[in-house]
Amino acid sequence: MEGAGESLRDTELRLGLPGTDAPEKPALTVTRGGKRALPEDNEEAYAKSSKSSSAEEQGEGDLCGQEPPAAKAQVVGWPPIRSYRKNSLHARKVEGEAAGLYVKVSMDGAPYLRKIDLKVYKGYKELREALDDMFKCFSLGEFPRKEGCSGSEYAITYEDKDGDLMLVGDVPWEMFISSCRRLRIMKGSEARGLGSRH
Amino acid sequence: MTEDCDGEEQDEETRRWSPGQGSSSSSRGGGSGASASSPLKTRCVRGRVDQPPPFSGLVLENVLENVLQFLACRRDRNAASLVCRSWYRAEARTRLELFIGNCYAVSPARALGRFRCARALVLKGRPRFADFNLVPVGWGARFSPWVASMAVAYPWLERVCLKRMTVTDADLALLARSFSSFRDLTLICCDGFGTPGLAAVAELCRNLRVLDLIENDVEDEDEEVVDWISRFPETATCLESLSFECVNCPVNFAALEALVARSPSLRRLRVNQHVSVGQLRCLMVRAPQLTHLGTGSFETVPAADGAAELDVAELESAFVASKSLVCLSGFRMVAPEYLPAIYPVCAGLVSLNLSYATTTAEQLKPVILQCHNLRTFWVLDTVGDEGLRAVAKTCKHLQGCQRLRSILYFCQRMTNAAVVTMSKNCQDLVVFRLCIMGRHRPDHITGEPMDEGFGAIVMNCKKLTRLAVSGLLTDKVFEYIAKYGKLVRTLSVAFAGNSDLSLRYVLEGCHKLQKLEIRDSPFGDAGLLSGIHHYYNMRFLWMNSCKLSLRGCKEVAQRLPRLVVEVFGDQNKDLDSDAVEKLYLYRSLVGPRDDVPSFVKIL
Repeated sequence: MEGAGESLRDTELRLGLPGTDAPEKPALTVTRGGKRALPEDNEEAYAKSSKSSSAEEQGEGDLCGQEPPAAKAQVVGWPPIRSYRKNSLHARKVEGEAAGLYVKVSMDGAPYLRKIDLKVYKGYKELREALDDMFKCFSLGEFPRKEGCSGSEYAITYEDKDGDLMLVGDVPWEMFISSCRRLRIMKGSEARGLGSRH
Repeated sequence: MTEDCDGEEQDEETRRWSPGQGSSSSSRGGGSGASASSPLKTRCVRGRVDQPPPFSGLVLENVLENVLQFLACRRDRNAASLVCRSWYRAEARTRLELFIGNCYAVSPARALGRFRCARALVLKGRPRFADFNLVPVGWGARFSPWVASMAVAYPWLERVCLKRMTVTDADLALLARSFSSFRDLTLICCDGFGTPGLAAVAELCRNLRVLDLIENDVEDEDEEVVDWISRFPETATCLESLSFECVNCPVNFAALEALVARSPSLRRLRVNQHVSVGQLRCLMVRAPQLTHLGTGSFETVPAADGAAELDVAELESAFVASKSLVCLSGFRMVAPEYLPAIYPVCAGLVSLNLSYATTTAEQLKPVILQCHNLRTFWVLDTVGDEGLRAVAKTCKHLQGCQRLRSILYFCQRMTNAAVVTMSKNCQDLVVFRLCIMGRHRPDHITGEPMDEGFGAIVMNCKKLTRLAVSGLLTDKVFEYIAKYGKLVRTLSVAFAGNSDLSLRYVLEGCHKLQKLEIRDSPFGDAGLLSGIHHYYNMRFLWMNSCKLSLRGCKEVAQRLPRLVVEVFGDQNKDLDSDAVEKLYLYRSLVGPRDDVPSFVKIL
């Protein structure tokens, strides 16, 4: 609806970096975890309020100065912008800090790497499912369904900001995505040694 | 081209690669006068032994070959090859550029066996939706079998252009070793290779003229980064074009500068974002003859530039000296204070790509107001309506949009009225791709679906060959597309339509449809089956997250034996479920491929 409110502008999908809205003063873009909004973020918030007709409902969806409602409607590959371009747009502001957005994923034994956007996933479960899906052609067994599951074929590890190799799942999700630089799916036997260090 | 624009791209490729444009050993002079090294002379093996043509037939074929050499457009050649056997043979012998739109539609053996004298190959692999992570890793489209076959069959190979293929370092090394006349390598949206592969090409392709790396996913494992720029021969090179914007690791700048300095034919240079504006200036000074420039970061990088910041005036004088610049891109970081340095070249620019730069309207206006000759323009929405108005006002070749041929536009929201206006003002549109980023978003003023807007586009833009739709759309829009979009060859659909009717309309009405890619739309088996009469005329159909079932897909596979029907599923889903998550079907002369990964089932 046209009168969806200025405050919602911040949550709208866009290609350009937030805060670069020329006609008006750059508004503070509120996002989950204080990170910059990716184009897919907060879409449902917009969709919800655009469908609502009553002012009251809009008031509830209003985001003045607050965290937006959890934007859970993220979808793979939408909007259809190549990850290459997304990486370039975001790399600008990252300034050496590992923002944990697009990270490479490698799998021992697989000749291909993949890049994924950690912000697309709500938590560890979704991440594991996505990785399972992505690398299914190489997995010889099940990915561990919960942390610390021994005897499984593969373990998911990551390299953090400090360059250390860590087992995925130890820290809260938000902390993980802000410190993860890349992911590596390694043989379970190799990873067991990792777990014991903690 | 940063975004996929197939239609134009094909034309561009054909134009650039037609014989007579700087081809090396030309044998156009005719039969007896041709040089010994000409591949046309090596046709002592006439192919079939069944019925060698009578003498007069032989003469006719020779004459025909001489004539057909001038035929560059592949569609014309395809038509010529259908006339009769004689024409087929003559055409096959004279085709210099092999265009293969789907690497799995034909095998290397078959393609190379028919066209024995080709000097250039254009090969496309993965479906376009792979760019958006919809195709799992390891699906296919490997260059290896092709390069291995060509190493034997085409020792005179000069040019290769690959799109969405997996190319390994080993492939590149084999390519570099196998073809002594090799001159042009263009890789677009490929993956699988890194700097070692580039080093092999640089070092071994002594006649390299073009190395264009466009939006590839280049491996850059720290341990394996190779200084490939240093591998070019130390003598003067024949380089005409060098583009490496997508190579994410820093290059050895001293080596790059030296390379540019000893490449007198260099006309196109596009550097990556690790090249600072100060370094850029050095390069421009070395190569004032450039016509195409990709500027890299366009900001100061202390590590590269040292303590002294580049003076804008110095940068500007480098632009002043670059009198031949017609195409400008890059601007990866763009420090706004340096933007005015490009004013001196604006009037000559035909193409300007600011799509990586978060330029504001204020920054854009002084630039665009001088770009009277602009034909191609890429910009981000940061410029706002005001910025676009300035563009419309100044760029006569874009102006009033009357001559606009291609629009790719991402927006938050749109109205039917605006799209209708576009359709009336830009009747010459060949490509119209509108992405309303909110899924199922209606006209934000009327609340109506976007059917009428897109309907107007197909109605008024009679030359339209490529269309991408978005926003809230019902079956109605597809009815319009079917009725009016008679020239549409490529259609992209996402989150649209109400029922199978949509798919039926399109498959029954769009007679020229070649490529159809659909995601997240409620189309099922009935819709799929309605295209049976047409699938052999298409390059491919892609559908993901629709309402297809195995039964429907199997039926298509059974009824169309020359179609390869690939289904990829989600192993996590209920195994009893008949639902098909992803479908990719395409015609093929060689049946199911032999490199199918485990998650793909060919029906």
